[in-house]
Amino acid sequence: MITIFWVTILLIAVTMGLSLYRGVVGPGAFNRVAAMNIIGTKTIALLVVMGYYFERPFFFDIALLYAMINFIGTLVFAKYLERGELWS
Amino acid sequence: MVIVHGVVVVLLGAGVFFTLVGSIGLLRFPDFYTRLHATGKCDTLGGGLIILGAIIYHLFQYPETLLVPAKLAFLIFFIFIANPTATHAIMKAAYKTGVKPWRLGEERR
Amino acid sequence: MKLKEKGFGILLTFCIMAVFWILLSGIFDAFHVISGLVCCAIVSIISHDLLVKGKSEKKIVKSLRLLTYIPWELWQIVLANIDVAYRVLHPKMPIDPLIIEFETTLRGEFSLVTLANSITLTPGTITILVDPERGKFLVHAIAKGPADALLVDQTMQRKVAHVFMETAVETEDTST
Repeated sequence: MITIFWVTILLIAVTMGLSLYRGVVGPGAFNRVAAMNIIGTKTIALLVVMGYYFERPFFFDIALLYAMINFIGTLVFAKYLERGELWS
Repeated sequence: MVIVHGVVVVLLGAGVFFTLVGSIGLLRFPDFYTRLHATGKCDTLGGGLIILGAIIYHLFQYPETLLVPAKLAFLIFFIFIANPTATHAIMKAAYKTGVKPWRLGEERR
Repeated sequence: MKLKEKGFGILLTFCIMAVFWILLSGIFDAFHVISGLVCCAIVSIISHDLLVKGKSEKKIVKSLRLLTYIPWELWQIVLANIDVAYRVLHPKMPIDPLIIEFETTLRGEFSLVTLANSITLTPGTITILVDPERGKFLVHAIAKGPADALLVDQTMQRKVAHVFMETAVETEDTST
């Protein structure tokens, strides 16, 4: 079973690399913000599987916290790109 | 025990497949709005399936602690509400700033 | 607001926060549980009207109907992703994006949010703009099939209206 988790971690890391290409190349700011949001969501799944691979139960709390941080970060970016400023 | 391992392998495999499809869609699609279609839907379900596989593994390997599956179930619920909201927010920002949608027959942007 | 509606708001916020506290801490000591309940009570008395706004009747029936709406939505999510996976992996990539606009008669805030979330999670459509006063939705669809399923069939609007006990009328569309 541990090898299954190792293969899952490797495949998720490969998909993160594919999304990073869009984050680097993507013409304009919106493509890059979408790529960063996707990498954040994949990080949450990666942290949960890592918690089982390394047998440390604290990774789940970190995953929960990072889910909220990623959500708030994307919303703040969208608000800034829409209005040109954060607080009016 | 072998059945449980088989179910967990199937769930993890399906989750990784959908995540991979979301990433390939991010590379292949020709326009910003269509790329958000690929990532906002496939990545949510992919992450949810991976965490669901982890929950089932935990329920059969360590049956004493039930708090950790409850925490992970809340994480799935949060992902299913937060990801579409973030997708909608950034799509609204792009529409109001004036990014033009793509029609059939134009070139890639 | 009357005391009865305020009471329901306070109770709901208190229950959600207490469950969240116990879920995150995991320690069932007497001291921790009691201090958690005291904190939840203080927070829910101060800020209960962020979660439950205004007044509406028959909340228990609406919550139960929401619970029966969720399995149908999960099935739609799975269908959506199989559809998007087919469109991504096909060598010719059959997409034909268009923008639709329609309006409904749902006016409650929570029901509009549920409908927008369901449209984003269903095959091939994402909401762009929501106008809460006239109930207008601006939706980006990825092909003609999913767009027609949203405009012509209108199963989703009827189901959300059934959950929140409002009515959904026929709509008009101006596709650009």
